Amino acid sequence: MTPLLQAHDLRRHFGGVQAVNGISVTVNAGEILGVIGPNGSGKSTLFNCLLGQIAPSGGQVLLDGRDVTGWRPCDLNRLGVSRTFQLLQVFPQLSVLENLILAGQEHVGSRIGRLFGPRDAGLTASAERMLARFRLQPLAHARAGGLSYGQQKLLDIAMAFMAGPRLVLLDEPAGGVNLTMLGGLRDLLRAMNEEQGATFVVIEHNMDFVMSLSHRVICIAEGRIIADGPPAEVREDARVIESYLGT
Amino acid sequence: MAHSSGRSLAASLLLIALASVLPMVLQPYGIYLLSLWAVYTIAAIGLNLTLGFAGQMSLAHAAFVGIGAYCTALLGAHGVPFPATLLAATLLAYGVGWCVGYPALRVQGHYLAFVTLAFTTLVFLVLRNEAWLTGGIAGISNIARPRLFATPTAYLRLCLAALLAVSLAVWWLLRSPWGRAFIALRENPIRAMSLGVDVRRYTLLAFAIGAALGGIAGAFYAPLVQYIEPSPFALGFSINLLMMVVIGGAGYFLGPFLGALIAVLLPEWLRFLHDVYLAFYALAVILLLLVCPTGLLGLSERLLAQRGGRPAERADA
Ligand SMILES: Nc1ncnc2c1ncn2[C@@H]1O[C@H](COP(=O)(O)OP(=O)(O)OP(=O)(O)O)[C@@H](O)[C@H]1O
Ligand SMILES: [Mg+2]
Repeated sequence: MTPLLQAHDLRRHFGGVQAVNGISVTVNAGEILGVIGPNGSGKSTLFNCLLGQIAPSGGQVLLDGRDVTGWRPCDLNRLGVSRTFQLLQVFPQLSVLENLILAGQEHVGSRIGRLFGPRDAGLTASAERMLARFRLQPLAHARAGGLSYGQQKLLDIAMAFMAGPRLVLLDEPAGGVNLTMLGGLRDLLRAMNEEQGATFVVIEHNMDFVMSLSHRVICIAEGRIIADGPPAEVREDARVIESYLGT
Repeated sequence: MAHSSGRSLAASLLLIALASVLPMVLQPYGIYLLSLWAVYTIAAIGLNLTLGFAGQMSLAHAAFVGIGAYCTALLGAHGVPFPATLLAATLLAYGVGWCVGYPALRVQGHYLAFVTLAFTTLVFLVLRNEAWLTGGIAGISNIARPRLFATPTAYLRLCLAALLAVSLAVWWLLRSPWGRAFIALRENPIRAMSLGVDVRRYTLLAFAIGAALGGIAGAFYAPLVQYIEPSPFALGFSINLLMMVVIGGAGYFLGPFLGALIAVLLPEWLRFLHDVYLAFYALAVILLLLVCPTGLLGLSERLLAQRGGRPAERADA
């Protein structure tokens, strides 16, 4: 079976900084892949290169075996690839419900059809289901910008799921989320993975979270993969301990 | 929370209805000013769409109005009936606006302001220098009004009908998924793109639709004044339109209605100030924007919120 996502020798430099320095990785359908590594090791840049947010300086990205290197994020999104960013990215002026509708609307019908169709593009019901999943129902009509950080973070993640994506790349979903919410988030992501067969790639610094969630973990240091394997193995890997887990 | 809630539509319809009964008590000059208000409002609604909702800085709108006005005047002079010249002006401005949108795919903010400023200047130079087509500085006179709407009052009603149609269409657009996409473009284009919003396409649409509304305003302006020459469509008018949008409240559906009203009335009220009028006008604008950078509607929203009223007439989508 063709892997869902493959990167071949992906590279990206910023001036003299080799942020991503020849990364090859395969993500199989149904998998939860954890990505760990020290600050500035190139994890977010890898995401940006995979998703067309920035152009790689070299290498190739394949989705379902098809070369999608340099495709625009919106086109990849319509192929069922979705993401969150390391920094919160909700639309503060819109209500929580509007944020979710926006996250799904471009997948409904044609652009002209949407202009003359219903205001909510027929998405209110599924947005409300998503709100229920993320326990945000009471906030449906609140302005997103007025929510607490943790609530905005949940909304941000919920938005990535609105269009029913096959592949979701999450950049530090647990960052700034409190302990009680953390357990809920892990269960939620697990459930999405098991019920809908959604595939995840998750960058995370919270070791307990990422190790207990992922099926497989890679560790990146200085733009290169230095370990790749089951969580327990990567955790014990001498190079990982030396360059990242350290103390 | 939408800057285009049902209440703001109702308020705008009320204004239009009021304007359509006012001729009974107005002198001809008042009727002319009211017609001018309707025309300016249409143009400002266009700029508000491009700038206020989609967040694309534009100083090109005077040029779009000019293109619409000249298109109407030139075709009209050849006997083309008004509905056809209106359609031509709208489509021409739409096409030109689409092209002017391309720089916005590369630059934003101040840089985009400069690019669109250059475009306005370019159009102005063409209108002034290509006399074989545009009549140059002598302009085009004796622009006919549609026969059924030849009197000032009838023509005012026609302008108001156009404003009504534009208001309803734009209100619909802003409340549709397109309006949401425009706001997403303004608020966070990178996130919007990752959610499947084709930022390129919507940027071009925001420019083209805003320009088309400018073209419509121009098509009604030419028969209103019946004589056009290049100077009303120079950079100063772009800045004037920008002020209408900003003073009314950029990103508020009702903003252009108020902004255009002030732009039409204030010069009249301040006429007694003669030469210092412009300085006074500028001062008033600076004061307003210092007190409330979000314009009159932003100010009223803030006051309402302070009094514990319902906070958000600033309702998006
Ligand atoms: N747009 C940019 N311009 C210049 N340098 C950049 C840019 N983006 C990232 N870098 C550099 O590339 C390197 C990798 O950054 P990146 O954000 O990918 O790290 P990261 O692994 O996500 O770190 P963190 O765990 O802190 O989020 C860093 O040295 C960073 O300074
Ligand atoms: Mg990062």
